[in-house]
Amino acid sequence: MIKGRTASCWTLAGLAAAAMSLPAHAQTPAPAAAPVKLGIVSFLSGPAASPFGLPGRNGAEIVIEALNAGTAPAPYNKVGFGGTKIEAKYVDEAGSAANVVTDFRNLVQRDQVDAVVGYISSGNCLAVTPVAEELKALTVFYDCGTPRIFEEKARAYVFRPSPHATMDSVGAARYLIAKKKNLTSFSGINQNYAWGQDSWRDFIGAMKVLAPKAEADKILFPKLFAGEFGAEVSTLLTSKSQAVHTSFWNGDLEGFIYQQQARGLDKRMTIIATTGESSIWRLRDKMPDGTIIGGRGPHGPLAPDNAFNKWFSKIYTDRYNVPPTYPSYQMAQSLLGLKLAYEKAATGTAKPTTDQIAAAFKGLVFTGPSGEIKMVLGDGHQGIQETAYGTYRFNKAKKEPEIIDVMRFPAECVNPPPGIDADKWIEGGMKGAKC
Amino acid sequence: MLTASAILTDGLVYAAYLFIVAVGLTLIFGVMKILNVTHGSFYAFGAYGAATAVGIYTNGDWNAALGFVFMLGLAMAIGLIMGIILERGLLRLVYGKDEVVIVLVTYATFLILEDVIGLIWGTQSYGAYQPMISAGNIEIGELVLSNYDIVLVVIAAAVAFAAYWSLKYTRYGRLLTTVIYDRETAAAFGINVTLVYTVTFLIGAALGALGGAVMAPKISVTLGIGVEVIVLAFAVVAIGGMGSIEGALVGALIVGICRAAAVHLMPQIELFVVYGVMALVLVARPYGLFVRAQPRKI
Repeated sequence: MIKGRTASCWTLAGLAAAAMSLPAHAQTPAPAAAPVKLGIVSFLSGPAASPFGLPGRNGAEIVIEALNAGTAPAPYNKVGFGGTKIEAKYVDEAGSAANVVTDFRNLVQRDQVDAVVGYISSGNCLAVTPVAEELKALTVFYDCGTPRIFEEKARAYVFRPSPHATMDSVGAARYLIAKKKNLTSFSGINQNYAWGQDSWRDFIGAMKVLAPKAEADKILFPKLFAGEFGAEVSTLLTSKSQAVHTSFWNGDLEGFIYQQQARGLDKRMTIIATTGESSIWRLRDKMPDGTIIGGRGPHGPLAPDNAFNKWFSKIYTDRYNVPPTYPSYQMAQSLLGLKLAYEKAATGTAKPTTDQIAAAFKGLVFTGPSGEIKMVLGDGHQGIQETAYGTYRFNKAKKEPEIIDVMRFPAECVNPPPGIDADKWIEGGMKGAKC
Repeated sequence: MLTASAILTDGLVYAAYLFIVAVGLTLIFGVMKILNVTHGSFYAFGAYGAATAVGIYTNGDWNAALGFVFMLGLAMAIGLIMGIILERGLLRLVYGKDEVVIVLVTYATFLILEDVIGLIWGTQSYGAYQPMISAGNIEIGELVLSNYDIVLVVIAAAVAFAAYWSLKYTRYGRLLTTVIYDRETAAAFGINVTLVYTVTFLIGAALGALGGAVMAPKISVTLGIGVEVIVLAFAVVAIGGMGSIEGALVGALIVGICRAAAVHLMPQIELFVVYGVMALVLVARPYGLFVRAQPRKI
């Protein structure tokens, strides 16, 4: 009997401990007066801060301010989330994956945030995903591109409105083929980690489908943040390729552009920069005219001419004196999607629970500054949208970068259909693509 | 033939970059027996200083050659100032402590200085490309070489020659060699080892900043650039032998040529080759190519 009572006590203690370890906000709706707490995670230091992390963070700041003031255009004009003001905590994504996971746990368990919106690095997204699921913490990835998040396993609490990397590579291949019909040889230079490898895999796969006679010549994978690309530029100069694909970003993209320009690589072949839009305002006339520019979706100069884009572009430019680039757009659409899901889930004055918001987010279709987003992949957790590519030109009269010759590709043309992995879709000839 | 000449030229340019960065690191280790992680900060401060200088001289429409000298001068001056602050203000307090403790102190300083960069220059990246673009290029067959890269090789050769000549033929160089060989005996013979330490650290810091300055026009000057450099510099110094200047030169050439060959012939092993070479050298010569095994003192 004593043994049995002791066991029961231990069981109760265990249950109590287990209950205490769960995030309280996932269980009990909080009173409506409490602000909606958001953890915003982005690179605030290190090499990724300047091109991605800070524009993303600034995008969050400006959108949250507008939402709290109720000045965003309808249907986003209700104050904060469902009438409750938003309180944001900004956290630096820099550091090892273990540190990033620790910071995530702190946001959820210590700070008791209602949702975490963030993450640029694909590695960090992959590290955070299982923890978010374990803690049942609503998490919205805003920029990371790896398709593996929702292909490896179904997720309940993780969402990503921005399309994954496959769209960027397939869109780049379609634009290149459309502009260079007689292409016989192309090369690639991509960073040697998940993003660069995945980008090249999808690009070369799409090229095999769309231009089977064109051959991949030089395939280069320099180290991430290598900085010096002399040997790579020489290798490309000695190739017969008419185009070179790169998914370089941050300082690597800018360093490569400077170094290739000093040696005239862009005079011999067209550069396809799938993330080039993020650097055009810094590189300006140093970005070679004729470079094929992508922006991981229809963002920045590639964004549609809609009311949301006009609003977002204006408030961002007014505040930061520079137009928003694609990380800012991705952050904006992630927050707007979350707001709609929150308000769809809310009933009465009480805060909706995490499960209610997740259920409302699943399969959501909404329009933001970059156009329509449909959460149709990954069982309704991964968004798709149309993408656009164009050709760069520095307008010397206006002294401004511009993207001309823009081609738009419908979401279903450059994204795999639901239920099939991106690489298998490309390998199978991109069947079902609606272009 | 084209590939061979491309490997040679690319290897030389990369080796020049590595040597300029590594020579200060190996000099400080040779004399002071300090594995100075802060060297990455000297590089970063040099690069940021150079970017600032480029901004000043391009806005002021200076003569390009004068602007280039100003760029190098400002960066090295920043290196010297940082060197004196760190050596006199911090490192002298830990001389004589365990080498691991000193490494940790320099590592902590490196992390602090990363934030100091953010406070001074902000988190945005800087482009200081003007010297490289204005230098133009030269076409040799199908290969186009940047004239700036040729200047980089010349600067590295000048640094190597100056280091060799100073050590062999100047009074200070001989004193330095004595301290490198045995600091206790050098002190017993009346050499002011403390002064030698300070001067050596200043020279090392200035060389680190020079490395950042000459690379600034080629890269995007942004937070974190010192991290990558310090890892590569350690590899070069380990190959050549810790504390050996000729070792740093040969180590840089080996790494530069091997990496260029890998990029041209087998790009998939480019990442591996630098550290593969280092591992091979250390298996055969655990103290590096130019340093002999030291008998333990009791």
